[in-house]
Amino acid sequence: MVRRPSRRAYIGQWVFLAVVIAIGGLMISELGTNLARRNLHFGFGFLVNQAGFDIPFRLISWSIFDSYGRVLLVSLLNTVLVSAMGVVAATLLGLLVGIMRLSVNWLVRNIALAFIEFVRNTPQLVQIIFWYLAVLQTLPSPRQSIVIPGGLLLNIRGLYVPDAIMRADGALLTWLACFVLAATPFVWHLPIYGRRLGAKALALPLIAAAMLSAGIERVEFPALTGFNITGGTQVPPELVALWAGLSIYAAAFIAEIVRSSIQAVPQGQSEAARSLGLRSGQLLFLIVLPQALRMMVPQLTSQYLNLIKSSTLGAAVAYPEIFQLFAGTVMNQANKEVETIIIVMAVFLTINLLFSAFMNWYNRHVALVER
Amino acid sequence: MLRQILKLTTCCAMVAGMVGFAGASRAQNEVKSATLDAVKKRGQLVCGVDTGIPGFAFQDASGKWQGLDIAYCRAIATAVLGDADKVKYVGTTSKVRFSVLQSGEIDVLIRDSTHTLTRNTELGLAHGAINFFTGEAFMVKKSLGVAHAKELNGATICVLTGTTLELNIADFGRANNIKINTLLFEKPEEAFAAAEAGRCDGYTDDGGSVAAARSTMKNPKDWIILPEAISREFLGSYTRQGDERWNILVRWVHYAMLEGEVLGITKANVDKIKAETKDPETRGFLGLESNFGKFLGVDNDWAYRIIKQVGNYGENYEIYFGPLELPRGWNNLYNNGGLQYPLPWR
Repeated sequence: MVRRPSRRAYIGQWVFLAVVIAIGGLMISELGTNLARRNLHFGFGFLVNQAGFDIPFRLISWSIFDSYGRVLLVSLLNTVLVSAMGVVAATLLGLLVGIMRLSVNWLVRNIALAFIEFVRNTPQLVQIIFWYLAVLQTLPSPRQSIVIPGGLLLNIRGLYVPDAIMRADGALLTWLACFVLAATPFVWHLPIYGRRLGAKALALPLIAAAMLSAGIERVEFPALTGFNITGGTQVPPELVALWAGLSIYAAAFIAEIVRSSIQAVPQGQSEAARSLGLRSGQLLFLIVLPQALRMMVPQLTSQYLNLIKSSTLGAAVAYPEIFQLFAGTVMNQANKEVETIIIVMAVFLTINLLFSAFMNWYNRHVALVER
Repeated sequence: MLRQILKLTTCCAMVAGMVGFAGASRAQNEVKSATLDAVKKRGQLVCGVDTGIPGFAFQDASGKWQGLDIAYCRAIATAVLGDADKVKYVGTTSKVRFSVLQSGEIDVLIRDSTHTLTRNTELGLAHGAINFFTGEAFMVKKSLGVAHAKELNGATICVLTGTTLELNIADFGRANNIKINTLLFEKPEEAFAAAEAGRCDGYTDDGGSVAAARSTMKNPKDWIILPEAISREFLGSYTRQGDERWNILVRWVHYAMLEGEVLGITKANVDKIKAETKDPETRGFLGLESNFGKFLGVDNDWAYRIIKQVGNYGENYEIYFGPLELPRGWNNLYNNGGLQYPLPWR
């Protein structure tokens, strides 16, 4: 036999890999025969077929003549939208509650504690449905819409925001504006004569705003016609309920991460800062939080990933995200159970891997600063 | 050594093969159905039903399953096992119902499911019997002042996802050049709540289910069901393909429930009729002078037991859809202007 232990371990690993591949292959071939036995055929050709149903909320255009492939894109964007909104809101709320938790004020401290314990210890799905029904119960019918200054309408069908209709050549201006916006942080750091440009870069967003407003042909205000409000962009209550449910739940966990990370910053740091005469705000934002951030990032990543995955709970409140629309409606209409589930899993895997790659990069970026 | 083992194995295999062959030839005249055998061996029917919809399948206050679909599960159980209570109910959502059947987790799916071409072909499922003829209907708030489905332009309607309904609405809108917005829900409870709260202008489903939905509203009188059916939704049972005899049995259980009504035999009078009747058709149906049960793979008392323990079709319809104020319409017997008919018992 092989004498060298290292070589033995090497061979062992290869054998293990071969076994894993063999089992995987066996499972796939078994899947094929089982599907064939039930007269089902494995394949992704159905993605080009016409869908034929309507999607209530979408970010890009949709007609019933579009393909299942476009359903995937539409629902993916919906998932990404609610996840992104959730991540931002959960971070801000979590940070706030986490800091409140360490307040010297008894009331503030215990409100934060009660919030965390209540939210962490009830099921997330129940919370989302609660928000949905709570939102629905409090809002008036379309005919009694609440008028908000600026042409906004609020009713049980959602919040209606005036819509800017772009001119034909507006698309180019929009792209330019986006580019200018994206360039702003780089320009900020641009060294001119050895000094950073800094706040002068803020002129760029103003230019972008000017470009955007130049591309607008007219503004469409929402108004009541027939059953519903027409015109304007609708923010449906389903999105708001899911957003609230996702971000509040994640915020409770993030708050605890924030608290523990702040407490993990050595006491001497605060004492030193105080002895230098820093005020409590400066102490928090200049000394403690930057150091706590480094410890938070890896833990935050897993909370964010959880939040993204939990967006599938939107199916319960009729939010057309990828799980409901693609692994629900499409799965049934196209009769492709295995394929749709594989696609949805692959999509979530991709989103989460990309996101965690980004967070890891960010982690390395902040961790570089020597303690 | 190896040779001897090989020889021995071959011998064994041959003997086993001959025994198997003999067994097969002996059973030639019997009904061969893997599902039927499995049900008998298990002593219990596993029936896939709706998760909860008044009329078809729902759990009452004591947690007991009730409904027209449930009556069919019970009828199959009593035909095969002699006891209508030997059923395990598996609540299935519209999303997973067919996968559950295909995977063999349930013996039969009786879940207010529309019989369609693709389910019959692409999904590889076999149609059992249609126990409820209906069409997709709309329920809207009376206060909206809508009288016809075509007036729903611009309205938002709550729908259950994963059903034929979504496509029907889109097609209906296209055909009539109107736009009906939909809101897709996974489960009826949330959809009802959203409709109740006014998030949608109405709710759509199969005629029977819409009547059921109306009965769950806080004030059912506030809602009207629009007169049009925008599609045919003929709901019935499904079995797996490749088990023809099981499918035949499921179908004839349905005919038995109808035949009972045709002959005027009810739960209450079945014993009396069985003891007194001279009518050859009735005697054949109740198994007094026929072998119909044997042909189906059950005993000859099966139809008697169905009527005795479950009742005929009309009785069950009255129990479950009477309270919903849903007229029988298409579901009347053929000799009463309806579409329900049993094939002849010959």
